[in-house]
Formats: sequence, C-alpha cells, structure tokens
Amino acid sequence: MKTSPSRRHPPEARPGTRTGASQSKTRIADKLRAYGAHHRSVALESLRRLLRTPMQSMLTWLVVAIALALPAMLYLALAQFQNLSETWQTQPRMSVFLHLQAREEAALQLREELLRRNEIASIDYVSPDQALQEFEQFSGLGNVLDTLDNNPLPAVLVVHPTPDHSAPDQLEQLRSTLLTQTLVDDVRLDMDWVRRLHQIMIIGQRLVAAMAALLAMGVLLVVGNTIRLAIESRREEIVIVKLVGATNAFVRRPFLYTGFWYGFGGGLLAWLLLTAGVYWLAGPVAGLAELYSSGLRLQGLNWWESLTILFGSGLLGLLGAALAVGKHLHSIEPT
Amino acid sequence: MIRFDGVSKRYSNGHEALCELSFEIQSGEMVFLTGRSGAGKSTLLKLIMLMERPTEGQVFVRRKNLSRIKGNDVAHHRRKVGVVFQNHQLLFDRSVFDNVALPLQIAGFQPRELARRVRAALDKVDLLHKERQNPIALSGGEQQRVGIARAVVNKPPLLLADEPTGNLDPGLSADIMRLFKQFNDVGVTVMIASHDIALIRRMQRRVLTLADGQLIHDGVLDRENIAV
Ligand SMILES: Nc1ncnc2c1ncn2[C@@H]1O[C@H](COP(=O)(O)OP(=O)(O)OP(=O)(O)O)[C@@H](O)[C@H]1O
Ligand SMILES: [Mg+2]
Repeated sequence: MKTSPSRRHPPEARPGTRTGASQSKTRIADKLRAYGAHHRSVALESLRRLLRTPMQSMLTWLVVAIALALPAMLYLALAQFQNLSETWQTQPRMSVFLHLQAREEAALQLREELLRRNEIASIDYVSPDQALQEFEQFSGLGNVLDTLDNNPLPAVLVVHPTPDHSAPDQLEQLRSTLLTQTLVDDVRLDMDWVRRLHQIMIIGQRLVAAMAALLAMGVLLVVGNTIRLAIESRREEIVIVKLVGATNAFVRRPFLYTGFWYGFGGGLLAWLLLTAGVYWLAGPVAGLAELYSSGLRLQGLNWWESLTILFGSGLLGLLGAALAVGKHLHSIEPT
Repeated sequence: MIRFDGVSKRYSNGHEALCELSFEIQSGEMVFLTGRSGAGKSTLLKLIMLMERPTEGQVFVRRKNLSRIKGNDVAHHRRKVGVVFQNHQLLFDRSVFDNVALPLQIAGFQPRELARRVRAALDKVDLLHKERQNPIALSGGEQQRVGIARAVVNKPPLLLADEPTGNLDPGLSADIMRLFKQFNDVGVTVMIASHDIALIRRMQRRVLTLADGQLIHDGVLDRENIAV
C-alpha cells in the first residue's frame, strides 16, 4: 500500500502498529481479558437465548433431567442397599453342627475350649431339644415331628467371631479348624447369602451403569438434535459473521455454550427431582427402619455427587453440541 | 492491492462466470465494476472475499496469493476486507450498535475500545443517534449506511461493495457514493460493483466493464463514451 496506515488513522487507534515489549505485553493481557469477557458474554447470551423461549427449553431440560434422574435414582437405591448389607456383613455367624451321638457334656466342654481362642467372641449352645423346639415354632410342623421316635436334630454351637476376624478368608480359615474337631460334623458359614447379595449387587451396579450409558447417549442425541435445529434457525447469522471474519471457533462457541446450558439445566432439574424424591421417601423409610429397629436412613446425593450430576450433564450437553456443530456447521458458508 | 492473473471461474453447473480475467488495482484507488446483469461482477467480488475459488488463475490481495489461504486464515483475510451488500445483511435480533460491533467482537476488542470505534463508525455514516434502535426500524438508506459502518469499523484497507445503491433513490445513492469517496480520501482502497452508469460517470473514476465474464473496458468513462 502506498498510503501508510498512520496517515489514515491515529497510531493509538491501531494496535497493530504498536511496538515495544511492554506494550505488546499489555496487548496480550488486554487480549486475554477481552477473550475472557467475550466468553462470559457468549455464555450469558446463550443462556438468555434459552430463557427467551422457556417452554421449548424446558422441554429439552425435562428430557435430559428424566434421563439423568432415572439411573441416579437407581444408583442411590443401590448405594443405600450396599450400606445396609455392609452393616449385616460385620456380624457373621457360624453354625457348628455336632455329631448326633455327641453328648451334652462333651459339647459344653468343646464350647469352653473354643471360647479360649481369640478369634471367637462368643458361642451359644443350642441343644437338640432346643433346636427341635425352635424348628417346630418356625416351621409349624410340630404335629408331624411329634410322631417321630427320637429327635433327628444335632446339637449346634453358634459361633460369633470377633469383628477383626470377620473377613471372608479369616472365616474360611476358622471354619476349617473347627472341622478338624472330632465332635464336629459340619460347619455352615452364614455368609453365603451375604455373598450372593454381593454378587446381585454387582449385577445391579452393572445394570445401572449400562442404563446410565444408554441414557447418556440419549441425552447426547437429544441435545445434538436441538443444537442442529438451533444452527438451522441461525443460518443467516452464521453466514454474516463468517463473512465479517469470524473463525470457526467463534461461530461454534455460542452453540457449545447452548449445549452446556441444556445439559447443566437438565442436571439441575434432575438434582431437584432426586432431592424432592428423597424427601418424599425419607418419612416412610424412617418408619420402616423403626419397625425393623434398624438405623437405616435414606440419604440424598452428597455434594460431590451433586456436582458430578450438574457438571457431568453440562459436559454431556457440551459433547452433544460439539457433535452437532462438527456435523452441521461447516456446511454453512457465505455464497 | 488487488491483482487478478488469468482468472477463470466456472460454476459447478458448467457456467463460466469469469474468463481469463487479468487486471491490477493499486492501493488507494477507487474503482467501479460494471456490466450487464450476469456479467460476473458479484463473482469477481466473491473471489476476493474467498466466498468462491477460481477454477483457473490466481488472485492476489495485498501481495498474498489467495489460493494459499485456507482454514482460519480465511477468517483473518476477511477481517482485512470490508464488504457492503445490496441486501444489507444486517441482523435484526440486535441493535444497530451490536450490528456494527460484530467485526470488532470477532477480532476480540475490549468493550471500551469497541464502543469507541463503533460510535466513530456510526458517526461517520451519521447514525449515531440511532445506535440503540433495531435496524428493522430503519429506512433502506439508513440500513445501507449501517452496513457501511460495519464494513469500515475494523478499518480495513480494502472496501468492497456489491450494488450498494441498488434500490435507493438517486439522492440517497449520491449520498452513499459520497461516503465511499470519503473513505477513499483517507486511503482506503474501494471497489464498487454497480449498474448505475449515470452515477459512475459522474464520479469520474476508473471503471472496469465486464461482459460475459470478460473485461471489455478499463478506464475512466467519458460522459458520452460507451453505453453499457
Ligand atoms: N452459485 C452459482 N452457481 C451457478 N452459476 C452461478 C452462481 N452464481 C452466479 N452464477 C452465474 O454466473 C454468472 C455471473 O453471475 P454474477 O452474480 O457474478 O453476475 P453479476 O454481474 O453480479 O450480475 P448482477 O448484476 O445481476 O448481480 C451468471 O450467469 C450467474 O447465473
Ligand atoms: Mg451481482
């Protein structure tokens, strides 16, 4: 160009003509500040845009919220159940069945001997007569059993291990030592059902995870589709900003923020649904716990889980938007 | 400033809009581009804006070969070229101020400097008092001036206009032309595509005349010379 830029414009109005390290440093700081301000304003503008069509936005938010609340609810229930089963798991019992021929004195002597072991906290002796009584009570088969000549039930020692010897492998070890006793016929670890429960819980967790993954995909598609429509409705604007020099990142930004807000709003709604649900159920659960004299209390999401829901869903929305933007935006060019 | 070097443009439907076009425009010039409808004026401007790519030949702007400009550099190239279109291309979901501010927002200006420049540009087109209005409430001529303010707000060294006076009455057209002349007076290279031969003659500037994608005349039009 023949005409120098400074002839056309005063130099202070043209940042490009400035020189000097300190000036360029302030320029970078200025740019960063302007960049931050730009992001803030785009984020707010995207949110404002959503709030300007509240019904439409609420629909997307609800879909996202339901898709998130469902697995989160199951997750909460599962966690509750796990807590409960852990309190059971700390009190394992072992039923030691003695030989039918074992005499009561011998059984009581064995009890004394075993009580000296430090892994055993206490032992209850259940005589064959007691066992029969209990059985009659619980089974309701009293009359039938009366017809039997002699008692078919063995004496049982119910062993309660100390809490620091209650790990599964320690129990297994105790079981095999008990089995070496001549008086002992069989030892049942009342752990089997806990183990089974544990396995069921693992299956439950995987099911919840799979469901969460599927529903997350649903959220991705819902947000993606909503963003696709938003892109379509703002086609003209996209063309104009590209024409006056917008980079692809600049064009993308409002849509990415919109996606984030869809996700975040859905997460917030899901959180509200869950919290309301927990309050709603807390009373009956407490009542139930009282009936079973258990300390069970329904717990809501802790703050970490709450943050995960909010920002996780925000991120999910962002990702859905990114997918839609990547697919549809570059086809819009000024012609 | 601008150099076309054997440029041809064939659209995908096979129509050849520009044919072996070569010319050069110096920095600081004010040039008119004229020719019948369909002669290729808009196509030529689109090549400079990188809205289209030539099928043959090369376009240089500020000594840069445009065929080498790709990706985000296209955006940076466009920031150095102001454009004004006949169909104003304003956004009706925001104020006049925000429309003019768009190129500066894109370039990442700080709010204070941005506001200063937007007001300066609006002042130049005499619309400072309407900055808070929605452009939809403005007349055609006013909208065109908003478009011009937006095109010059980032102080581009090159200003392109496609039929900027297309549907304005003669008085308004003359006003708009005077505005372009003012920008040219401070050193901006200006290129205007227009049908308005009478107006062009009055301006007494260099004129490129296209016919069927070819350059058939290059120079200042006399008052009685060549009827296009
Ligand atoms: N996208 C396109 N695809 C196919 N052909 C096109 C396209 N754009 C323009 N053309 C054709 O190229 C030729 C030149 O078009 P152009 O728009 O450059 O003309 P123009 O001189 O600007 O005309 P006008 O004065 O009517 O605006 C025309 O015949 C037109 O039909
Ligand atoms: Mg045209």
